[in-house]
Amino acid sequence: MSQGIEVVGIYVRDQDEALEFYVEKLGFRVHTDAKGGEFRWLTVQHPEQPSFQLGLFKPGAPLHDAATAQQLNEVVAKGAMPALVMVVNDCRGTCERLKARGVELTQEPVERYGTVDAGFRDPSGNGWKLIEARKS
Amino acid sequence: MGVDPEMLRRLLRARDRMDQASHEEWPVGRLAKLSGVSGAHFARSFKEAFGVPPHRYLLTRRIERAKAMLRETELPITEIALETGWTSLGTFGRTFRDVTGETPGAVRERARAGGDDLASVPACIVRAVHRPNLTIAVSEKRRQEADDTNGSEETEGP
Repeated sequence: MSQGIEVVGIYVRDQDEALEFYVEKLGFRVHTDAKGGEFRWLTVQHPEQPSFQLGLFKPGAPLHDAATAQQLNEVVAKGAMPALVMVVNDCRGTCERLKARGVELTQEPVERYGTVDAGFRDPSGNGWKLIEARKS
Repeated sequence: MGVDPEMLRRLLRARDRMDQASHEEWPVGRLAKLSGVSGAHFARSFKEAFGVPPHRYLLTRRIERAKAMLRETELPITEIALETGWTSLGTFGRTFRDVTGETPGAVRERARAGGDDLASVPACIVRAVHRPNLTIAVSEKRRQEADDTNGSEETEGP
């Protein structure tokens, strides 16, 4: 694929903490971790999705003034950003693994409409839905 | 102005716990303990952060869940009332009607008749879409709708 969406970013309160969470707990890989002054471009990838990067960006200088950064941090911390959705082959198994690694589940796996879904949050407050792929 | 993001994150954790078990009782003391703050501080900060007091938030989640069960299951309404945290069918029916403007039976009938256009949206998100927007206390809503004030109550809990 030569055209398409390459990076979508979410805001995190601490990039080291987010990196540890997405890599150690979720099993993502670091794609780019580049620092320049106060700015750090940090993206991770799902191991099975090499054409897409999830940016883990911290609100603040030089892109945001202090008041804006504060607002963005508040919005994330109160869970007001839209849910992220990850498709998995085995929702219950994935939840067991995440729980064992100390991930905060916000919804235990529930079966409905012939599939299973669950929810968790990253340390910053970004909410994820885990949805089991339908077996076709 | 505003609530510190660290505090917001802890309030969110308490709110997540309510979401996970909205049928349970969630007195402010229990929630405050989860957030590591005093009860008064919790109630004030929660309202500031999420726009509604914790007990009313819980009520919206219970109604949301009851609506989902009415739409998605064949369970009798009495059972739905008990499963979503009410102790009597009467209180459930009255609160449900006060909050949504419809009876539980009407919601079920409407869902059977056709439903909405959200079939391709993840189920967990569809549920949130059906959450009632309760900007005023149920007691206030009742007062506004009542012809006389005899029936009004100060409490809105089940």
